[in-house]
Amino acid sequence: MKQDLLGLKDLSAEEIKNILETAKSMKVVLTSPSKKTPHLQGKTVVNLFYENSTRTRLSFELAAKYMSANAANISSSGSSVAKGETLIDTAETINAMGTDILVMRHDMSGAPHLIAPLVDASVINAGDGMNEHPTQALLDMFTMLEKKGSIEGLKVAIVGDITHSRVVRSNIYGLKKLGAEVTVGGPATLVPQGIEQMGVKVFTTVHEAIVGADVVMGLRIQLERQKKGLFPSVREYNRFFGIDETRLKFAKPDALLMHPGPVNRGVEFSSSVIDGPQSVINEQVTNGVAVRMAVMYLLSRGGFK
Amino acid sequence: MKILIKNGHVIDPANGRDGIMDILTDDGVICGVGTELEVDGFEMEVIDASGKTVVPGLVDMHCHLREPGFEYKEDIESGTRAAAMGGITSVACMPNTKPATDNAAVITFIKERAKEAGYADVYPIGAVSKGLQGKELAEIGEMKFAGAVALSDDGMPVTESWLMRRAMEYAKMFDLRVISHCEDFGLADGGYMNEGPVATAMGLRGISRAAEEVMVARDIIIAEAIGAPVHIAHVSTRGSVELVRQAKKRGVEVTCETCPHYFSLTDRACEGFNTNAKMNPPLRTDDDVAAIKEGLSDGTIDCIVTDHAPHHIDEKNCEFGRALNGIVGFETSLGLGLKYLVNEGVLTLPQLIEKMSLNPSRILDIPKGTLSEGCQADITIFDPDKEWTVDITKFASKSKNSPFDGFKLFGKPEYVIFKGDIILNQGVIL
Repeated sequence: MKQDLLGLKDLSAEEIKNILETAKSMKVVLTSPSKKTPHLQGKTVVNLFYENSTRTRLSFELAAKYMSANAANISSSGSSVAKGETLIDTAETINAMGTDILVMRHDMSGAPHLIAPLVDASVINAGDGMNEHPTQALLDMFTMLEKKGSIEGLKVAIVGDITHSRVVRSNIYGLKKLGAEVTVGGPATLVPQGIEQMGVKVFTTVHEAIVGADVVMGLRIQLERQKKGLFPSVREYNRFFGIDETRLKFAKPDALLMHPGPVNRGVEFSSSVIDGPQSVINEQVTNGVAVRMAVMYLLSRGGFK
Repeated sequence: MKILIKNGHVIDPANGRDGIMDILTDDGVICGVGTELEVDGFEMEVIDASGKTVVPGLVDMHCHLREPGFEYKEDIESGTRAAAMGGITSVACMPNTKPATDNAAVITFIKERAKEAGYADVYPIGAVSKGLQGKELAEIGEMKFAGAVALSDDGMPVTESWLMRRAMEYAKMFDLRVISHCEDFGLADGGYMNEGPVATAMGLRGISRAAEEVMVARDIIIAEAIGAPVHIAHVSTRGSVELVRQAKKRGVEVTCETCPHYFSLTDRACEGFNTNAKMNPPLRTDDDVAAIKEGLSDGTIDCIVTDHAPHHIDEKNCEFGRALNGIVGFETSLGLGLKYLVNEGVLTLPQLIEKMSLNPSRILDIPKGTLSEGCQADITIFDPDKEWTVDITKFASKSKNSPFDGFKLFGKPEYVIFKGDIILNQGVIL
């Protein structure tokens, strides 16, 4: 039976560890002079993206190509989606063309969960609404593992727009399973009700959220949320929740600074910390390709077990 | 034709009946209820109701029959057939049809179609505002004389307080009650399910209880200020129950309803992105379910309605956010009431029947919900101890959007008599 990657909610700690372990060898491939393996030779990977994306889509596409897969991209504009075709019909059409792996991004939570049972292809969730973005969390965890040696016992602080973030949910599910401690921080208007029931501590000051942290992760603030009364201005957000060199000192001296990107310079983080010694933002991007190679390779071989 | 129903446990709250009795109907009318009926056996159908419960045909004051305009979901014939399957012989249907039921012509059309269909009496609810737009009053007096029994903009809540005030004031003159779907659109904020840990864990935008309660409070205050009646639709939260309870204590002329899903399910039913658990107001929490039961038990909540809202499979088999709100309810409401209220000791069987027949009839001022001699012979017979399993493929409704598929319930209607005709016989619709 095929396996999908819909979210880290559904994976066991063992499965997550297996992906991270596999990603290590993929990173070797990725950093070698000739980036080509036969792992997905003869397999077809289709990227179906209903939202704009640069890094995630390119990351999946390159990961597929480095492993010799046939890779194709579809975006919602300029396709049958724009003609009003339903998601189910579009996915079944792609499936009928011999797709082995369907990578999906959609603005609605649960969209890949709707499709997965209907297609033969393994579905990878590349971000669904505010729900999950499992490969992002996997690359975050891979980065932490690489830098810190272990996830267990790490204190991870995530600061920003918690409500609308699929990155935060996947990270909570994954990090908790591997034994990390997670705190979230942000304006009360951007922290969703009941998130503490996911096993995290919640703070509404940046100091409390990041004090003593091993990892400080920022989340993108979308400027249009200002119009919905969620925060007064970018300036005020930065004043109370932005992280600069002074605030970063609340975290451990060797704390990692992470961000899923794209960063608003001067809003979530100051340029000095983005380009500073604790930042691993660019390595996250590299690791994203390795993790996606691992995920696709394992799925093509039957699963993560 | 005469029908004699023998030895059934007759429950008739309007007349205080609760015991083993016979009922005789003749020519569409109830002509005798008692233990020693004098019966002339010529051309008479006899139903042996031993071990079964015999109640007034149930009355559902909140449903959507979808005709005119959305016949691919349901029409008046299929909808009333489904009602009959659920033991319901009178329904009041909401005006969100296409065109909207905001004028006498559409009211008349619905009544005519219902007469042809013949499975239940249909009482149309007229719109409060033209086109359900919340801007100008609809022709309320005209609709009253064409047969409207109440007024509501249902799923398109009257946002402007001044218009709600005028609607209640004007409707009172015609002895009509406004039924308010209480939702502050701004506070609901485009949410898809109840706000709380379950929505948060699934990354679905939540709807605060405040979105409902703010409007319940507003409408009670308006009704109180101008001395007009108001009926609060599908109460789903503890706060709403409490607001109605306090208002009733003060003597405000407020009545309210809830639906079976608000006392039998919580927002956890949405897990796995189950679109058949998506509705408005949304399914809430265990605490709200407990409060709904308390409100039913202490009389704060007057009646149980289905909010039968049929939708086509394609409108539910899609992304959760895109799925339409609502579930079908006619064919499961009695069973859910028996299982979650009577069997759990929240209501006695006579209290359940009262909330599903007599009370809504009184609120709408229609001559239903009773087994009084001289009334139209609408009678439902079921065995409250007999378990059955919900199978959506067997629904008479055109739509199958129910979260209760596979649930084991009690008391599936076995006989339904409507206008003196047996239309459901041993569970089979005729």
